Amino acid sequence: MIPAAFDYRRPESVDEAVAALAEAGEDAKVLAGGQSLLPMLRLRLAFPELLVDVGRIDEMRGVREEEDALVIGAMTTHHDVMADPLVRTHAGLLAAATETVADPAVRNRGTLGGSLAHADPAADLPAVVLALDGELVATGPRGRRTIPARDFFTDYLQSALNPDEVLVEVRIPKAGNWGFRYEKFHRAAQAWAAVGVAVLVRTDGGRIAEARIGLTNMGPTPVRAAAAEAALAGAEGPEDVARAAQAAAEGTRPSSDLWGSAEYREHMARVLTRRAVLAAAGPA
Amino acid sequence: MNRISVTVDGVAYQDDVEPRLLLVHYLRDRLGLTGTPIGCDTGSCGACTVELDGRSVKSCSVLAVQADGGEVTTVQGLGAPTGGLDSLQRAFHEKHALQCGYCTPGMIMAARDLLRENPDPTPDEVRHGLEGNLCRCTGYQNIVQAVLAAAREGQEART
Repeated sequence: MIPAAFDYRRPESVDEAVAALAEAGEDAKVLAGGQSLLPMLRLRLAFPELLVDVGRIDEMRGVREEEDALVIGAMTTHHDVMADPLVRTHAGLLAAATETVADPAVRNRGTLGGSLAHADPAADLPAVVLALDGELVATGPRGRRTIPARDFFTDYLQSALNPDEVLVEVRIPKAGNWGFRYEKFHRAAQAWAAVGVAVLVRTDGGRIAEARIGLTNMGPTPVRAAAAEAALAGAEGPEDVARAAQAAAEGTRPSSDLWGSAEYREHMARVLTRRAVLAAAGPA
Repeated sequence: MNRISVTVDGVAYQDDVEPRLLLVHYLRDRLGLTGTPIGCDTGSCGACTVELDGRSVKSCSVLAVQADGGEVTTVQGLGAPTGGLDSLQRAFHEKHALQCGYCTPGMIMAARDLLRENPDPTPDEVRHGLEGNLCRCTGYQNIVQAVLAAAREGQEART
């Protein structure tokens, strides 16, 4: 399968990339690691006239630490994210979930920013960054702007990025002393998640003080399980957690496909939420 | 057309390519390096795995223009120039880690990446490390044995 013809530019700075996009208009696409975009081009599900390859822009790569947040360059590969000591220390949920993305060869090319900008609700990292209350920083012709993760994912494969903007970095508030777990159910080792649940839990004196839950593939966008989060406040012990997890699918709109019906997904969201919260809260 | 410079299996090439040309097609159709097969063509099976700048990649999911300035190693670049097998190739041969052989180049290139990151893997780590590579003949058992044997040989060579 051969993609339709397109032009190709490889800018060396964010400014050059923004200029290339502005010049091309809506028929341009940003090429990051290409692990989602290239299969789409080969299947001719996308027909950009221009690819702007941001894969060689050094300023978009790497992890740095600020006082309250980790700043991860959008072009940092999954392989580098999961191996990064700062990520492992301050955003363990992101490291753990990234280890489950696809397979090693895909993780060598695919990038955090590419995965988020692609905005596939079945991808693991959008729900994880949503649970982490991350922020996405975009640069466009009118400068930089910061978009909270909860405003970023607007619809299936749609984000708040404008066509002339480049996602340059992802800011993750330092997690502090939160337990975490990413639970994912899929039929084959490298398959997309049928359902995934990203959980952060803060405990206080044996009780759950606060929980944050992001759901993968439970609707056209990744979503927070707000009802379960509320029900978990003050939970103590597995029975409380199991009861609260019953609310995990409230307000979701999962689709039915060959991997499972919407009802099955709702059921799995409840099961995986219970498991993930118990694991994140640690041994009782 | 875009001009690219790329080193493949130690040989430097310069070529004009269409941006849409996939790396695997460049290797096979332009350079004649047909040791790298095309399997699923959708990024799922890993048969076309090669090394790009020292990391395993699926060459059906990389554009040739993205490899510009880079160094590619295919299964044909392993072993001695005179045709001797390298340790992974020999282990696949000795452990009978293939039947039809279609997945073998990708398996070997993925296993190289695995052993570089983790020179002494457990059987479970080998299985996870190769989860992007599908084999429809062997049931994987002998592939895992071969990678473990090559790892042992590497350990012995270092001690």
